[in-house]
Amino acid sequence: MASAAESTPAPVYFDNGDSTPVLPEVVEAMLPWFTSSWGNPASLHKLGLDAEEALDTARESLANSIGCTAKEIIFTSGATEANNLALSGLRAQFPDKRHVVVSAIEHASVRNLVKRWAKIGDVELTELQVDGEGRVDPDSLRNAIRDDTLFVSIIHGNNEIGTIQDLNTLGGICRERGVLLHSDMAQSLGKIPLDLAKLPVDLASFNGHKSHGPKGVGALYVRNRTKLRRIMEGGPQEFSLRPGTENVPAIVGFVKAAEIAVRDLNEVMPRVGTLTKRLADGVLAIEHVRLNGPQIGSPDRLPGNLNVTFRYIEGEAILMSLNYAGVYVSSGSACSSRSLVPSHVLTAIGLLHEEAHGSIRYTLARQNTEEEVDRAIEQTKSAVDRLRAMTAFVPEEHSERESDHAKTFYKKHDDT
Amino acid sequence: MAIKYSQKVIREFTNPANVGDIDNANARATEGSAACGDMITYSLVIDPETHIIEEIKFLSYGCASNIATASMATKIAKGRTIEEVKKLNPKVVTEKLDGLPAVKIHCSVLAINGLKSAIRQWEIDHGLIEMPTENRELTRDDVLETLRSVTHPETGVNIVKMNMIRDIVIDGTTIYVELLVGETEEMYYENIEEETREHLEGLPGITSATVKLTENTPLKRRK
Repeated sequence: MASAAESTPAPVYFDNGDSTPVLPEVVEAMLPWFTSSWGNPASLHKLGLDAEEALDTARESLANSIGCTAKEIIFTSGATEANNLALSGLRAQFPDKRHVVVSAIEHASVRNLVKRWAKIGDVELTELQVDGEGRVDPDSLRNAIRDDTLFVSIIHGNNEIGTIQDLNTLGGICRERGVLLHSDMAQSLGKIPLDLAKLPVDLASFNGHKSHGPKGVGALYVRNRTKLRRIMEGGPQEFSLRPGTENVPAIVGFVKAAEIAVRDLNEVMPRVGTLTKRLADGVLAIEHVRLNGPQIGSPDRLPGNLNVTFRYIEGEAILMSLNYAGVYVSSGSACSSRSLVPSHVLTAIGLLHEEAHGSIRYTLARQNTEEEVDRAIEQTKSAVDRLRAMTAFVPEEHSERESDHAKTFYKKHDDT
Repeated sequence: MAIKYSQKVIREFTNPANVGDIDNANARATEGSAACGDMITYSLVIDPETHIIEEIKFLSYGCASNIATASMATKIAKGRTIEEVKKLNPKVVTEKLDGLPAVKIHCSVLAINGLKSAIRQWEIDHGLIEMPTENRELTRDDVLETLRSVTHPETGVNIVKMNMIRDIVIDGTTIYVELLVGETEEMYYENIEEETREHLEGLPGITSATVKLTENTPLKRRK
């Protein structure tokens, strides 16, 4: 029995897919660049030179972390800007190529950009459908590429359901056809080993705050000799591809975080994977639940990601219940989004709206503990129980509307 | 985008009143749909003599504000006559909850409409109003009335009041509605279209509805 005197435990933060706590070493590395060496890297005096040197060191270090060379890295304000620079930059460079290919589960910064182009008639858009676990089918990519295809863009590790795409195979197809491949790697940096030298990817986007670095900073990798135009006008910074004074403290922090994440990957990620497995076992033991995305522990899934659908109840209500109980997660339900439409990723893997509405995403990272996992399981159970006890959802009325994919899944699980 | 709820919304959500289903209810209604992730089922006991709502309970499939607004609606309705409840505006619920975020205003509309649907059914069952006949011609006003329940997610104002209705064509069992939307509201298109279509298809005698969104500058429309 919990006594009244017992203090409230610290909240359980399982929303690391949205943002992560900045590591103390990272904050420490950033501080001097705010307070004692604040120069502009473009200035000619000592403070400027110091800042430029810090920038060069950071570029070199990030290159080592991801397996490329320093001159292939353009620092940006984040992965959203990197995605925009990559795709709009290619579009400006090759205006005659009128066809683009993206997966159906891209981040909004890719998806909304190409949808806008298609809407105003600038390009023809092919969206690659994915299978029930979110994988792009290599054959569909092969069939989609045309002579006038400008680029293919496929997200590496999906932010919602954790699916990791086989970029070796998909990139191989792009190479055969001579088409550039861009990949949003915001979620995969520091979670799975990356070696861009060996990966058939021409452009890749990264950011700082998904792997314990600061917000507002990221990078675009542009493979040597890949032609691209800048999309903003200004000074000659970042090889004239991204004007504007570099955010030196943030860049130093981002690179430090990436360095640590890559250094510790083999130690941290198996531990995060084990915690996620423990959470999945607890959550999937609840009745009428489905797992969204690849199997937990599969090499095709980001180690800290768990996405589930609780049938007959709505995700925002689950999220809010957990929030007031001190467990922080996210949801793909329409009611938790500003636009009031359910997640396009969940509908792309075949979920009906009412299945997407009941989704909850837990994303774990290095700071999380077993004790937190157990508390999250317990709080999830009580939130789900409470909401199901008051649900207006009558399962019989909707059973015939269940997606085929879900039907087989529920059958399997309902029987046990 | 973070959703900030008032303390009252949080209280009604975490500790709602009148949850459940009344076995011997003489009035019932389900408003909303599972596909929209927004549904309330009311059960009521209405006194045939006094028309007072003696008992009321609700079940909910929806977000925190769906539960909070339904809970508040039952508190407001309990002990009142159906004539009083029929006059209620969704704003009463919103005010009692110390406000709702604009994107959640539609929950208060659903909560009040559900009460009205239950009362309407009771009135039909008790011969107080006539069952709407299939052969009555649907009018433009009927359509506007139902569209007043469609809330714009950005402003929390209904689409009729926002002057978004450009055209209504009723042709037998089919209906066509054209809405004016601003380019800056692109993220809401899908929701507005879906909500509008669902409300139109709920009209008596309508089997299919087409909703067309036409882009306009928001300034032209709102000024």
